[in-house]
Amino acid sequence: MSLATLLLLADGRLPSGGHAHSGGLEPQIAAGRVRDIRELDGFLRGRLATGGLVSAAFAAAACGDVGRAAELDAGLDARTPSPALRKASRAQGRALLRAGRAMWRLASLPSREPHQPVALGALASAAGLTPVEAAVAAAHGTITGSASAAVRLLGLDPYAVHALLARLAPECDRIAALAAERHGDPVDDLPAAGAPLLDIGAEHHATWEVRLFAS
Amino acid sequence: MHPDLHEHGPDEVPHTHPEPGVDPHEPLHTGARALRVGIGGPVGSGKTALVAALCRALGEELRLAVVTNDIYTTEDADFLLRNGVLPAERIRAVETGCCPHTAIRDDISANLDAVEDLEAALGPLDLVLVESGGDNLTATFSKGLIDQQIFVVDVAGGDKVPRKGGPGVTTADLLVINKTDLAPLVGADLSVMDRDAKARRHDLPTVFLSLAEDRRATPVADWIRALVATRTAVAGA
Amino acid sequence: MRASATVVAEADGRGGTRLAVLRGESPLLLRRTGPRGAGGTTVHLVGGAAGPLRGDDLRLDIEVGPGAVLEMLSVAASLALPGRPGPPSRLTVTATVAAGGTLRWLPEPLIAAAGCDHIAVTRVDVADGGTLLWRDDLVCGRHDEPSGAVRADTTIRYAGATLYRHELAVGPGAPGWDGAAVLGGGRAVGTLVAAGSGLPEPGVAGPNAAVMPLAGPGVLATAVGADIREVRAALDPLCRRPAIAS
Repeated sequence: MSLATLLLLADGRLPSGGHAHSGGLEPQIAAGRVRDIRELDGFLRGRLATGGLVSAAFAAAACGDVGRAAELDAGLDARTPSPALRKASRAQGRALLRAGRAMWRLASLPSREPHQPVALGALASAAGLTPVEAAVAAAHGTITGSASAAVRLLGLDPYAVHALLARLAPECDRIAALAAERHGDPVDDLPAAGAPLLDIGAEHHATWEVRLFAS
Repeated sequence: MHPDLHEHGPDEVPHTHPEPGVDPHEPLHTGARALRVGIGGPVGSGKTALVAALCRALGEELRLAVVTNDIYTTEDADFLLRNGVLPAERIRAVETGCCPHTAIRDDISANLDAVEDLEAALGPLDLVLVESGGDNLTATFSKGLIDQQIFVVDVAGGDKVPRKGGPGVTTADLLVINKTDLAPLVGADLSVMDRDAKARRHDLPTVFLSLAEDRRATPVADWIRALVATRTAVAGA
Repeated sequence: MRASATVVAEADGRGGTRLAVLRGESPLLLRRTGPRGAGGTTVHLVGGAAGPLRGDDLRLDIEVGPGAVLEMLSVAASLALPGRPGPPSRLTVTATVAAGGTLRWLPEPLIAAAGCDHIAVTRVDVADGGTLLWRDDLVCGRHDEPSGAVRADTTIRYAGATLYRHELAVGPGAPGWDGAAVLGGGRAVGTLVAAGSGLPEPGVAGPNAAVMPLAGPGVLATAVGADIREVRAALDPLCRRPAIAS
């Protein structure tokens, strides 16, 4: 394993399309549910415990055995009822593969547009990382992307947002460890924690005439 | 003889058949992807109007498509549609997450996906125009995304803009100074702008334009025609 | 308390549905209700005791045969209660629907009373050509009390593939459940999974609801509300019984 490699994979500057996704935050801001740091805290904790846990588990599973990519991809389809979120996840998976192909020798995947966690696991595997490292990168990505969007959309103090991310770091590690423990489980048994407002918000967001983020 | 080809009778006029499976409309520069031209510049300088003018001027002679990065998903695309210059299937809009320069420079993945999707949906293209969202004077395109870039500023922004420089003005392959018709109204001196642009850009070309008067952006369209011709010649050689 | 109940519905050969098995025990009591023979059969869950309480382990198995039409309702909301200290209460519902069979699961909501610790496990398997309407509503706490802990764990398979896999955790021990990603302070949430034929039209169904085409052959409608009335307003219209042909 290489810590520097893990940092590369988790870096928000990795050119993998993440900057254009708010992780479901933009519609919740529009609905008036997230206005300040306290509400962002609630949003991020919920996102981490739901989509973050699922992403981490599937990234770890794909990292552990890239040969499971197709069934893991189908498992994420079954866990992502919102078509807008399936599209966003696949767009980010495709972008991640584009970056990963330039960086490492990737195993061939059954889809050129896999769900983001499957792509992330494939990159982690190609980079010589372990399932728990893939899980950490996935969990970390689910909160840092939204946090960055919060800075841009709400003009929140970036230091206050990063103080929040620092407070969430242990929870991020806990979720990643929980996810990685289960990486070898059958797909139906992997975590499936859902977040109703993220699904509903994504569907509303997709109908907007004017939006700043892709999701 | 190719096994898929039929027998020719003795009384037939000699003729050839295209290779099976090959698109007969394949361009001369087979193997070369479309020329990608980035169009950047500050808010309100006329990027979308320039794209519309180029579509009018080149739409008949080149297979072209447009990727737009406006902060609003559909606004620029709607402008092009309303002006009837390009059908909807030739336009893709990319969301930039409040960071228009990131989408064209630091993380170009969404734009690359949009270009690839257009090529997959429409077949081979000669030209893809990638329009940036309105930004400031520091915004430039990544060479991983485009082959050539145009930077659009306007006279109404003040005649000091070329002197200020910045990567857009200094390094763009073509600098377009738009809205020359407004120069007398805003007290801008075009000769000052021309002199400053030359000083900043050395040999790189600068054109003056009034899209209000030249709805086909003739000097810019000609510049692109020359690029496409060079590219075709190189690819064909 | 451990209890189990079983419903087996079969086509009666005359265009109707008969119940080959209808067996329950307190607190899972079952009653056949409604007119006989008219297209389908309705069974009500009748609460036979308070609860579920901590430590309860309840199981309901439903089987719908080829051509049978079964609607499962309940007479009242079920109320998950704390009870004595102990392991979480658990209700496991399994259902299989054969090709040509129809199951409509439309119970009253589950209410997570303060202090409860409840796990609801749902496993549904619908054969290709079967039809399913599966509704689950959850209310987080009785009036003016904090929510108890409920974890819902749902797997719905259709034609041998997993169509919908969902877990929802609310109350103490569920990080961020009342934050803006999950329920955003809403105290009620409802989901409706439809699979097979007669699917609802996708779209947004009010400010806090959406009808979403799943990746597989089905649709999920989800609604979040300040109270259960808002959820009902969004989802009830999608559960109306279609005019039954034949």
